[in-house]
Amino acid sequence: MTTHTLSVLVENKPGVLARVSGLFSRRAFNIHSLAVGQTEHPEISRITVVVDVDELPLEQVTKQLNKLVHVLKIVELERDRSVQRDLILVKVRADARQRADILQIVDLFRAHVVDVATDSLVIEAVGAPEKLQALLSALEPHDIREIVQSGTVAIGRGARSITERAFERVSA
Amino acid sequence: MAQVKAPKPSALMSPAPASTRAPATATATAHAGERMSGAQSLIRSLEAAGATDVFGLPGGAILPAYDPLMDSTQLRHILVRHEQGAGHAAQGYAHATGKPGVCIATSGPGATNLVTPIADANMDSIPLVAITGQVAAASIGTDAFQEADIVGITQPITKHNVLVTNPDDIPRAVAEAFYIATHGRPGPVLVDVAKSAMQAQTTFNWPDRIELPGFNAGARPHAKTVQEAARLLATARRPVLYVGGGVIRSGASAGLRRLTDLSGAAVVTTLMARGALPDSHPQHLGMPGMHGTVAAVAALQKADLVVALGARFDDRVTGKLDSFAPHATIVHADIDPAEIGKNRAVDVPIVGDLKDVFDALVPALDAEHTRHGKPDLEAWWAQIDDWRDTYGLGYTPTDDGHSSPQYVIQRLGEISGPDTIFTSGVGQHQMWASQFIKYERPNTWINSGGLGTMGFSVPAAMGAKVGEPDRTVWSIDGDGCFQMTNQELVTCAINEIPIKVAIINNSSLGMVRQWQTLFYESRYSNTDLHTGHGTRRIPDFVKLSEAMGCVGLRCETDADVDATIKRAMEIDDQPVVVDFTVSRDAMVWPMVAAGTSNDEIQYARGIAPEWDRGEEE
Repeated sequence: MTTHTLSVLVENKPGVLARVSGLFSRRAFNIHSLAVGQTEHPEISRITVVVDVDELPLEQVTKQLNKLVHVLKIVELERDRSVQRDLILVKVRADARQRADILQIVDLFRAHVVDVATDSLVIEAVGAPEKLQALLSALEPHDIREIVQSGTVAIGRGARSITERAFERVSA
Repeated sequence: MAQVKAPKPSALMSPAPASTRAPATATATAHAGERMSGAQSLIRSLEAAGATDVFGLPGGAILPAYDPLMDSTQLRHILVRHEQGAGHAAQGYAHATGKPGVCIATSGPGATNLVTPIADANMDSIPLVAITGQVAAASIGTDAFQEADIVGITQPITKHNVLVTNPDDIPRAVAEAFYIATHGRPGPVLVDVAKSAMQAQTTFNWPDRIELPGFNAGARPHAKTVQEAARLLATARRPVLYVGGGVIRSGASAGLRRLTDLSGAAVVTTLMARGALPDSHPQHLGMPGMHGTVAAVAALQKADLVVALGARFDDRVTGKLDSFAPHATIVHADIDPAEIGKNRAVDVPIVGDLKDVFDALVPALDAEHTRHGKPDLEAWWAQIDDWRDTYGLGYTPTDDGHSSPQYVIQRLGEISGPDTIFTSGVGQHQMWASQFIKYERPNTWINSGGLGTMGFSVPAAMGAKVGEPDRTVWSIDGDGCFQMTNQELVTCAINEIPIKVAIINNSSLGMVRQWQTLFYESRYSNTDLHTGHGTRRIPDFVKLSEAMGCVGLRCETDADVDATIKRAMEIDDQPVVVDFTVSRDAMVWPMVAAGTSNDEIQYARGIAPEWDRGEEE
């Protein structure tokens, strides 16, 4: 099993996310993370899905996804040829004694504090999944109260746009 | 419409201006741009899509549509007794005619009763358009009376589905549904229309262009892979054409015939493809798979080249997958790219409509022959003929005084002839009907292959007869299946749809009983149905049929079989049901037990064929 990141361009139609995610579960694929949002064209949404799957079943699920009427295009984004980012928000207990320690970690990881209360901090960090994992490990000795993570979003490196041609079809 | 080259193009549809359609009713004469209710627009859309026969049953949410339906002269609506019957009838209609079948149901239970036929059509690639009423848009999501999320429920079992709440969207939704159902690999599409959309006023505008940027209607077969397939066919020593239902859906039987004759290869036709090549063709080895002929199964196991044509390497064909056709190079041609490599790794993939594949492959193979001569297949055919001679299809006559079901079915085929359409349910009678009736043309064998839906036969026969009124339609059914959907005989009697039903009555759930005999030490748990000879006959199928307005006949001995069939054939103004009481101990052979290798095929109980006689490998 290896981790694959797929960008799925879909028509922005009701139920399309359910169709895509339903297909993964129906064909017994484990979704690692999933993020969805509009693209530069309001008619097109982009689903970034990270799956743990072998090469051959991946081809099968890609073909099955392609059969969904509202799916326009599927591109696998390879790790070294794309920028992949997650967002994480962490609420940590932080009284006066611990605060300095925690702030040092935040600085080290180039994260931000986005909420401060008398005995807690909320830390925001953006990065590749490994970096965020390292941040969580560093925070581990402290009292983590709550974690929320976005799914991975990813974009190919270089000038090429994968939405361009899909948009031409939609607007044709 | 013609196949398109580019992947996922903007699909064009031949324009269907309102003026070219059947006129004469209030709805049908409506011009594009005319104001009308959403309900009228829905009926007008079905007409514009070319539908002529629809099967359905009204209820609260679909009620608005039934009012303009009453005035349509183009649409004949057959009122069924259960929505499942409407779905299977639409399937039988589509299967017999090649045109999309249409069924209509109301919201909630009406719609959920369509779930089985929709799933069935999805598995067997049948073009089906299901129209369901939905509760008013404002009530959606409130658990309103007869509300069910049928779009959510049928998402995994439709090719596509859509909820319509805006009346202006109705024509486009219907046009797209027919387009998607019939283009590419056929399948079911559901259009769920909110009652409020039917009640509202709208402007009817039939789209002259279908815009589905994400829909792939199919590709032209790639010249390079076709060439490679031709080269393999010209050089293989033990070639087999493994023909699936795709050849029938594509209407490509003529092309298959040309490839068969030119290649000299052995041909097997799966359960879904019976009739794609005439059974009388000398290169035809019959059906492969769990209950296939020894020759068909053996040929695949020993083949050095398997050319799969519109087939999907189903587990009932392959047996244990990793031991299927172990020596064969695989060419796989299919309109659905997702089928290629799904179960079996493929050496030469060809994506395209089978008609186009044959049109390209036949001349390519001809050219190979011209250059290199025809391959010598003499040794291969000597071996196949040995299998055919030694292990021909047959059965052991029963010793309990009751008819052999195989004999009854064989005589049905022989007496009724090759122009007859046969439908079946699921189980022993289905396998025997596939084995012992000789099919000579496509679309004469209609059954539930992928989903294996008991109760398919009677409503499918009804739909086939509506679509092909001039042909004799025999529904071959089991006593178990018949008790699931026989209420549609009422529909047949009232609407003058004179189908003929042969109940192969062994008083039990026969296929399950066979497995209990073979794998559960003959412990017959819950398979006795008490309908046959020597039982209380509950129900009495003759009386039941008569009560439903049909002629009921009974046949209990081999001696009466011919006369009873002939009598049934003479009645053409009424549905006929024949209760053939047969032995319950007859079993379907040959058999490859589920999950085992095709190499383990048994010709009859405890008798394994000697595979390798005379083989030099």
